[in-house]
Amino acid sequence: MTSGAHASAHPSDAFGARLGMWLFLVTEILLFGGLFIAYSYMRSRYPHEFHAGGKELNVFLGVLNTAVLLTSSLTMALAVDRIHRSRVRAAAGFTGATVLLGLCFLGIKAVEWGQKFGHGLYPGGPALLALPPGEKVFFGLYFTMTGLHGIHVLAGVSVLTAMAVLLLRGSAAAARPTLLENGGLYWHLVDVVWIYLLPLFYLAA
Amino acid sequence: MRPETAAPTEGVHGPDTRTLVLVWLALLGLTALLVGLSALGQRAAVLGLLTLTPLKAALVFYFFMHLRYEGALLKAILLVTLGTLLIFFGLTYADVAFR
Repeated sequence: MTSGAHASAHPSDAFGARLGMWLFLVTEILLFGGLFIAYSYMRSRYPHEFHAGGKELNVFLGVLNTAVLLTSSLTMALAVDRIHRSRVRAAAGFTGATVLLGLCFLGIKAVEWGQKFGHGLYPGGPALLALPPGEKVFFGLYFTMTGLHGIHVLAGVSVLTAMAVLLLRGSAAAARPTLLENGGLYWHLVDVVWIYLLPLFYLAA
Repeated sequence: MRPETAAPTEGVHGPDTRTLVLVWLALLGLTALLVGLSALGQRAAVLGLLTLTPLKAALVFYFFMHLRYEGALLKAILLVTLGTLLIFFGLTYADVAFR
């Protein structure tokens, strides 16, 4: 299939909307990319401390959250597929499922952060301040990067909730694929960022 | 409520349900492989990070984000971005390696 397969009533509009979204997404890639560079530099400087820090993290919860987010990406892609087929209710259902999985991700993240907070491990917390400098950097990056990612999940959940409501109310604007497609692109990028965060913090630190 | 049987005004663009489910299964499988590889030790974990993780990201970009079905412009935008990031990585390491 080629791009010629987009038999759209407003081909330039639909493509222009996707182009705008992709331009926004590449700025997001560079935002997280800068943090990835910071991580890799600090990891090369403090390899042992990063290893010790990584051992403190709950691998099970990290992997579970990966499965949740990957599944949410599937339901999102299915929602976009259904809206292209004008199956509005099915699209709303899959969008709603994506929202629930996103909330599930945030819930698991909250449990995980709660456990760290309980041990005094939070920015400025007593246990964190007592750690050697390299481990302080590790947890600083951990809270910054997973926190920034969490904010993105929250933004995605908000946008997709609004989309699901608009679809269920029969909004004509929402029934055109462009809005849901762009919401989906954002959601998938948030998934890609997490795909990198899992090995960086939980597996390969 | 718009009737669900309304004729689609925009063509279906992207993979079908079967492909999407297969990609999802592949992503879960690669995650399991990554976790298994990481259990073998530090070297294997880093190897997994450098190989399996970009593969997973590419699957999401290509199928879930429909990049496979887009024209050259969007692909070029992503490649230029990743290239820019790679240059930043290179310059950072060129700096810290010679301090």
